[in-house]
Amino acid sequence: MAEDAASRISAAAGIEPVLEAKGLSQGQIVRKRFLGHSGAIVGLVVFALIFVVAFTSVGYLGIPGWWKYTHEQVSPLVNDGAPTSSLWPLAWGEHPFGQDRIGRDLFAMTMRGAQQSITIMIVIGLIAGLIGVVVGAISGYFRGWAEAILMRVTDVIIIIPALLLAAVMAQLAGRRDQGSWFASFTSTNGVLALGIFLGLISWVALARLMRGEFLSLREREFVDAARISGASNARIIFKHILPNAVGVLIVNVTLTMSAAILTETALSYLGVGVKAPDTSLGLLISQNQQAFATRPWLFWFPGMFIVLICLSINFIGDGLRDAFDPRQKKFNAKKAKEHGGPAVQASAVTGVDAPEQEGFRPEGPGHDGPVDGTRGQ
Amino acid sequence: MVTYIFRRLVTAALILLGASYFVYLLTAASGDPLEQFRANPTPQKQALMDARTELLQLDTPAPLRYFKWFGGAVQCVIPFANTCDLGKNIAGQPVTEALGNALIQTLTLVTGATVLAILIGITLGIITALRQYSTLDYGVTFMAFLFFSLPIFWVAVLLKEFGAIGFNNFLRNPEVPLTVALGIGVVAGVLIAVAAGGPMKRRLLAGAVAFAFVTAVLIYFSATEWFKTPGLGPVIIAIAGVGIAFAVTLLSAGLKNRKALQSALISVGVGVVLYFLLQPLLNEATFVMIVLLAIAFVLIGMGIGYLVGGYDRGQSMRAAAITSFLVGFLILLDRYMQAWPTYFNNSRVRGRPIATIGATTPNIQGDFWVLSLDSFTHLILPTLALILISLASYTRFTRSSMLEIMNMDYIRTARAKGLSERTVVMRHAFRNALIPIATIVAFDIGALIGGAVITETVFSVRGMGFLFLDGIAHVDPNPVMGVFICVAITAMVFNLIADLAYSALDPRVRVKS
Repeated sequence: MAEDAASRISAAAGIEPVLEAKGLSQGQIVRKRFLGHSGAIVGLVVFALIFVVAFTSVGYLGIPGWWKYTHEQVSPLVNDGAPTSSLWPLAWGEHPFGQDRIGRDLFAMTMRGAQQSITIMIVIGLIAGLIGVVVGAISGYFRGWAEAILMRVTDVIIIIPALLLAAVMAQLAGRRDQGSWFASFTSTNGVLALGIFLGLISWVALARLMRGEFLSLREREFVDAARISGASNARIIFKHILPNAVGVLIVNVTLTMSAAILTETALSYLGVGVKAPDTSLGLLISQNQQAFATRPWLFWFPGMFIVLICLSINFIGDGLRDAFDPRQKKFNAKKAKEHGGPAVQASAVTGVDAPEQEGFRPEGPGHDGPVDGTRGQ
Repeated sequence: MVTYIFRRLVTAALILLGASYFVYLLTAASGDPLEQFRANPTPQKQALMDARTELLQLDTPAPLRYFKWFGGAVQCVIPFANTCDLGKNIAGQPVTEALGNALIQTLTLVTGATVLAILIGITLGIITALRQYSTLDYGVTFMAFLFFSLPIFWVAVLLKEFGAIGFNNFLRNPEVPLTVALGIGVVAGVLIAVAAGGPMKRRLLAGAVAFAFVTAVLIYFSATEWFKTPGLGPVIIAIAGVGIAFAVTLLSAGLKNRKALQSALISVGVGVVLYFLLQPLLNEATFVMIVLLAIAFVLIGMGIGYLVGGYDRGQSMRAAAITSFLVGFLILLDRYMQAWPTYFNNSRVRGRPIATIGATTPNIQGDFWVLSLDSFTHLILPTLALILISLASYTRFTRSSMLEIMNMDYIRTARAKGLSERTVVMRHAFRNALIPIATIVAFDIGALIGGAVITETVFSVRGMGFLFLDGIAHVDPNPVMGVFICVAITAMVFNLIADLAYSALDPRVRVKS
């Protein structure tokens, strides 16, 4: 099927789908395309670097890190708290990102904040992906009452503002004196609770998309064939339909995750996300925005890390989308130029468009079809 | 069709009912509205608590209180009865009143930003689609991703620092040093050279012209202290008008259509004459007058186009009307610039015009021009921030939509039958590319009024987002419910409009009835 799909594409100048796909499995094609997307590779490298540095430097879950300070530790001000790192001569210094007013090390705080943001992002991605798949699969595959109820629940959740829910949760978590299990859980694992909670409300767009995928895939011949040969519903869903919908799923989970970073920082900025004894990138900016004129570094570094994390995730998502999109034709600008022919170009659908729109069209021209129809058999 | 709309509306009403019940319970459960009194040692403690209990009907449990609220809210649906009752907020003010004020604030903040973001985003999207895989395309794509990844509160603080404080400091002594002027000129030249496209010689020429022009203008501005006493004057309006006339004709009718070009140029001439005639009238301006004048300019343009006529009257009328409107806008801009020194030296502004917070300078007095300049200087930073954030999605969406259309068979057909590239792009491709964009635009307009909670917080605008946050902070369900109902209803209505618009614009898509 993959080769079929590829050979449908006319071999115009600079486009070599047939060669590219020959003798390769779906996974190999996707991997090859992803690795050929330079933006995505740069994004992946940057994200991996941030991830490793953030989690090893200040330690995580009680494991000590290699950096000499922690985010709570107060040390005497060096050079009035200005960053000691410099590019020329390349030096790291005592406090590379500087210190805040009372002498806490900004590098440690930023790394701690990056940890929190990445943790929340991953938790949200996992939970939203899981619920989204289950709800989308059930409503798209079984239709009928299940679909009606689940989709109405989705409609209700989609219009309830996330800010309200976050505020309510922050209030409930704040009542430590009550000693309920919820309060004690959130007081020790505030970040995890926030991530779980945001995950519980951000699955709705994913569920709609997955439902659309299941609606179109369940009408395909290979599903009929599986059903006739006696496969159970569970087997059809997991072995036949889900592998075909996995591209859309992964791409949109990635995009949900990049949006989640911004949501978390915004909530922390408004004071309903991560709370004061702990720290997060949004909270750091919120605490230090008044000090911009006197200590601008307190503002620059956390902000840069938000942008870097979000940007790299967006580029990874873009690369994944290009890799999974069956309509995508690999285009090589140099080769097209050498051929001198008119370049027939593909619509490179990227990061920030389409996904949330598809759910709202009555019968919009949806996804072209499955990538690999016979995979489950 | 009617069945479909009816069914959608009924579903929407049911969803709204369920969601509003849920939101009410959540807000009520989020805290204790009497908390601020509990620690109060004074003897009036009990009286204060009783008063608030009375005001917010706290003696009724929240699940039942919702139905009391609902009873009042449902009366809003009855047309012309004027019995709308959304309850009172914690200070005793009716929520309908607070909502009205907040709505005006939010709409003035968000409307301009959204319109500009849509216009700029679609333009950039089309240009990048037509120049796919050029340096410009890669640059714009990267910028789109970057803007998409920016947290708005961070951008807002940067804008406050450099856009307001920095620019105000600059205005105190508006001199551009020669090196800075050259630097800005080089940047502008490089940007134009990248954007121009075509053979290298053409790019370099365009870049050099842009560099010379920008540097010369900056040096001239610096020498004449233009930033303190800005203005365009009839000569610049005439020159810019001729440029606009050519550009508009090029896009709307093509330069080969001499009649259209003539009518556009004539309307520029009429505009320059009107510039002198209108000056005394504009001194007495009101908002209504400006709107009427805008309509008048469009009508004058259409009249000129009609009189010049030619074989294709419609095209001449269109070109002349758009040109005339834009020249009218230049005249308006000039008048605002004339009012700038008055505003700048106003005792309340004291030479620091760009504001960082609020929607107006407190207690400012002046004529129409000063007051509207005041709101512009307050709006400019939040508008910039919002444009930066929302630009990216429009650019990317337009680009992919346009690329998809440009690969269609009918585009090839249009080219094959010998149509000019302008006709192919503007008439065959652009119009079809707008179909999917129309739906996201409708959807975004629906989301407008809920819009900008964080932007409002950062810039201290007391709009819908402020009302909402304030309600949550004080455990006050009524304002929260008011904002929620407004936002949810507009979002759902525009969602429906988006669906209907899609099926009306694209006959391949049909709604199920």
